[in-house]
Amino acid sequence: MHEKLSDIYQTESRRVFATLVRLLGDFDLAEEALQDAFAAALAQWPKDGIPANPRAWLVSAGRFKAIDQIRRRMRFDSTVESIAVLSEGHHTPDSIDDDALIVDDQLRLIFTCCHPSLSREARVALTLREVCGLATEEIARAYLVPPSTLAQRIVRAKAKIRDARIPYEVPGKDQLPERLDVVLQVIYLVFNEGYSAFQGEQLVRHELATEAIRLTRLLFGLMPTAEVEGLLALMLLHDARKSARINAQGELVRLEDQDRHLWNQHQIKEGVALVLHALASREFGIYTLQAAIAAVHSESPSAEDTDWDQIVGLYDALLIRMPTPVVELNRAVAVAMRDGPEAGLQLVNAILNQGELAEYHLAHAAKADLCQRLGRTSDARSAYQTAIDYVTQGPERRFLERQIAALSTD
Amino acid sequence: MKYLALVYYDESIMNAMTKAEWDALNRECMACVERLTVNGHFIAGQALQPVETATTVRVRNNRASSTDGPFAETKEQLAGFYMLEARDLNQAIQLAEHIPPARYGSVEVRPVRELDPEVHGYPDAASG
Repeated sequence: MHEKLSDIYQTESRRVFATLVRLLGDFDLAEEALQDAFAAALAQWPKDGIPANPRAWLVSAGRFKAIDQIRRRMRFDSTVESIAVLSEGHHTPDSIDDDALIVDDQLRLIFTCCHPSLSREARVALTLREVCGLATEEIARAYLVPPSTLAQRIVRAKAKIRDARIPYEVPGKDQLPERLDVVLQVIYLVFNEGYSAFQGEQLVRHELATEAIRLTRLLFGLMPTAEVEGLLALMLLHDARKSARINAQGELVRLEDQDRHLWNQHQIKEGVALVLHALASREFGIYTLQAAIAAVHSESPSAEDTDWDQIVGLYDALLIRMPTPVVELNRAVAVAMRDGPEAGLQLVNAILNQGELAEYHLAHAAKADLCQRLGRTSDARSAYQTAIDYVTQGPERRFLERQIAALSTD
Repeated sequence: MKYLALVYYDESIMNAMTKAEWDALNRECMACVERLTVNGHFIAGQALQPVETATTVRVRNNRASSTDGPFAETKEQLAGFYMLEARDLNQAIQLAEHIPPARYGSVEVRPVRELDPEVHGYPDAASG
């Protein structure tokens, strides 16, 4: 029974929470009610058996407990406002097990936690806490901030939701595209934090990548648009290369040097199918295009046998929607693979001259690599040195230092 | 719930407008107020004279001092305000998006805090 209850907690608790927020109109009250509901289930289900619809049972128990709690508080403290829950008449009992409404509750929760009027840090923290159900301590550990800082961030965000009256709703049609972008951005931030984690507690941070994928699957189930699908594909394809990206010594391995047998073929297959489907919709955007690039890499037997022409074409399409110097830089590297290092170097130099990436270590590393391929060893060395001056992550620094050392022995 | 929409723009952009452009923008603003009024969202609102007309007043140790100019020198200047009635922040944001100068500058949306005479001890409770 305990095991079953724990399973139900795993799958249902955040859904129940999302519905309780709607019914009670308050995050903290809903969290308390959720815990009370599971405590009640723990006491009652072993005797009476698991109800036919556990989710509806839990929502109704949680709501009942919350109302009870509010009444008790009001008796002791006459200043407690009569919260909407006591006066509401529009939430009929039916709304508790209306599946469509419950699905919408999860979306409401996501869109509220990712509201653009919250800071980026707050959106990330709130989404992981409220939508994914991670503990405050877990999130703090993953982001290398003190738990008190993170707790503060969440408290402030909840206060803003209440005081500025950020509604608990899925935005209307005209606001939806912009707001969905913010949601996808939050999820991608969470993923990247986990994916590019080399410092601190790696394991905890890798869980962020898993959590981001889980969250996108949930979102895709609720809102199957092309870009949600594209983002899911992008994360699956990157994540599939996880075990080949770092060697036994914990050092970074470049895409071209990775042992492609270590790539997770099952995940690649799923990712590629999603990309193709998203591309076919013709309503795709930046995530689908990046996923398509990742898909081409994933299906290539080696760096040399990669269809670089197709990759350059995809970067061209991406540049139109996302005209940033980092995209230009990636395109330049692909051009170098297609047309040779000289063509790539010209583009990289032009990008560096624009200035925006002057302190971006990867731009200098790309230049160094191309110089090295052209046999311009001293140019390569000085570009690697500049890259080292700007790099912040240990494994990336060590990678660059190995490259310089290899130059000297040539 | 009440929200204050503070309209900011770079006055030099406005100064560079032709008279026809400026008049058109003003007509648009009047139409905006009319629409908000008809829909029951407009509580109050005014456009302001340019920032050179501003005076900033402070009282310290019971002594008042006035200085020439706005409270803060910023790239964009406060140009006007709307007090709006909206269901929630999403609706307030939507209303703010239709304030014409939002196309040139920015509109800051702030929920209004009702002062409760019985509330004590809140650190930044307005004392006025």
